Amino acid sequence: MSVPALKAGQVDTRHGTILYLEDVSVSFDGFKALNNLSLYIGAGELRCLIGPNGAGKTTLMDVITGKTRPDSGSVFFGQTIDLLQMDEPAIAQAGICRKFQKPSVFETLSVFENLELALATDKGVWATLFARLNGTQRERIEQVLETIGLTGHRSRPAGILSHGQKQWLEIGMLLMQEPQVMLVDEPVAGMTHQEVERTAELLLSLRGERSIIVVEHDMEFVRSIAQRVTVLHEGTVLTEGSMDEVQNDPRVIQVYLGD
Amino acid sequence: MLLNGLKNDKVMASVLAALAAISLIVPLCNLLFAPDSPLYFSAYTVSLIGKYLTFALLGMSLDLVWGYCGILALGQGAFFALGGYVMGMYLMRQIGSRGVYGDPVLPDFMVFLDWKELPWYWHGFDQFWLAALMIVLVPGLLAFVFGWLAFRSRVTGVYLSIITQALTYALMLAFFRNEMGFGGNNGLTDFKDILGFNIQSDAVRACLLMASGITLILALLISRRVINSKLGRVVTAVRDQEMRVRFLGYRVENFKLWVFVFAAMLAGMAGALYVPQVGIINPSEFSPLNSLEVVIWVAVGGRGTLYGAIVGAVLVNYAKTLLTGWAPEIWLFFLGAAFILVTVLLPDGLLGFWRRHPKEQKQ
Ligand SMILES: Nc1ncnc2c1ncn2[C@@H]1O[C@H](COP(=O)(O)OP(=O)(O)OP(=O)(O)O)[C@@H](O)[C@H]1O
Ligand SMILES: [Mg+2]
Repeated sequence: MSVPALKAGQVDTRHGTILYLEDVSVSFDGFKALNNLSLYIGAGELRCLIGPNGAGKTTLMDVITGKTRPDSGSVFFGQTIDLLQMDEPAIAQAGICRKFQKPSVFETLSVFENLELALATDKGVWATLFARLNGTQRERIEQVLETIGLTGHRSRPAGILSHGQKQWLEIGMLLMQEPQVMLVDEPVAGMTHQEVERTAELLLSLRGERSIIVVEHDMEFVRSIAQRVTVLHEGTVLTEGSMDEVQNDPRVIQVYLGD
Repeated sequence: MLLNGLKNDKVMASVLAALAAISLIVPLCNLLFAPDSPLYFSAYTVSLIGKYLTFALLGMSLDLVWGYCGILALGQGAFFALGGYVMGMYLMRQIGSRGVYGDPVLPDFMVFLDWKELPWYWHGFDQFWLAALMIVLVPGLLAFVFGWLAFRSRVTGVYLSIITQALTYALMLAFFRNEMGFGGNNGLTDFKDILGFNIQSDAVRACLLMASGITLILALLISRRVINSKLGRVVTAVRDQEMRVRFLGYRVENFKLWVFVFAAMLAGMAGALYVPQVGIINPSEFSPLNSLEVVIWVAVGGRGTLYGAIVGAVLVNYAKTLLTGWAPEIWLFFLGAAFILVTVLLPDGLLGFWRRHPKEQKQ
């Protein structure tokens, strides 16, 4: 074969694609949240996912991360890793991490401790019991604290942060995990204009190194980061293209206005 | 290493100091002073305080599971009773031929049942080292099997509480049966010696109290160390948002299992120290009500602090000793009222207002 050999445990992205979703269907009590959805995400791509409320965006992330089992279809990480055979921790350890729509940080733990728990390292029970942060890891946490602008809040319980700060903390937890794929569900909800701009900068700076899927309703924000945009409607892909193409697509206009 | 950071943890340090003082002063006063001296503690008091210390250890073990891991386990008493039965087996074998029937090997109840030889699982329990090992292994193994099944199937909340109650109830019924080989409803009793010393003597009682105190202090220090480790933070995170922890790549069920087994082992040790001080172990120790009482001790003292459970266990049991002395029929009402009052008025327990605020990280 002419393709370069894979290292053990490496995700096979030699065809340039990191996530393959094919004919995925999910139904809740007969209601089809995802309906024969197919979607491919390129390695290193920053993909925006938009669509009206209830289109199935969060459900899609639930399927990729193992939270929801689809009724049918296949979901592959690279060419070889079948995500439907894995549970949530296994998928997370394989390198797919997510930020939830509703900010979910550990409120009784400090900001620093939240990042410490997310840190990419051995997550077995005994390893965790005897874990001590080494210099590099400490530095990494400091770096992320700096990036998310929470250095001054490191010792405060995460529960007292503002909504926007919690969003940032959760993005920081994503960074700590050093994932190959980041699923980011509504990152800028509740953020000030300035914070939104900083989030856009951050996501853009990560592009290339990691593959990122961003779900967002804030169109201005989407426009500022988008390369390719996928529009979801009633559980299937309505259209895909650049922001301009998508926004001028009559079907998209129909879906958003018809709502 | 176990004492790291105690200076910043005033309540914990005070509780430890108080426990050390009790373990030292009570036995010494009993041994050194004459019965008419005001400083004398009677043998009864020594046993009573020793018993409280074992209850404190049991309460603290539940706090690890409930207060930190968020698992309302209503069967902690089962592990306590198992540890107690293992110790009881050792003490029975120590009786030797001094039993009523004078059989050199078989305990009295087996002779009474007309058994001809020792069941296989009674072999080796004349050796203290084996009994000591089994005191932690038996409860630990049961907790491992039970927890593995329950946590892997993601049984949580009230369902888990119910099956833990069922577990201790089932064990109680099993131990009531004579065929089990643990003395049926009479249980194991009439102990004579422990490690070759008369179990009724003042010196042995004093030593048992001291052993209970030292075990409690060590268990508290080790548990505190566990809770202050990264594992402790993962477990706290599981309590607050179990789903989220999974998405960080932690196998939540393994963490719950670890804490559950660790706590069961501590409860087993507590039971083993309890039995020689009260002189008997019978199936009523498996009563579901006992496990519920443990929950109340922890709630009264304040959960999620370790020392809260210790203070709660001692206070509630002191109240029990007083009340059952002059009006035994109101004890259960008192217990229920205490639980409701604490839940409504002091959700963090009596020690809640001392609880250190989320500590300033020094990194
Ligand atoms: N666990 C569930 N049980 C029943 N229905 C569900 C469940 N999860 C999602 N749904 C339904 O599936 C549909 C898709 O939901 P989803 O959360 O994926 O939408 P979304 O695109 O993320 O919307 P939003 O923009 O509002 O977040 C919705 O109609 C929702 O009510
Ligand atoms: Mg959503």
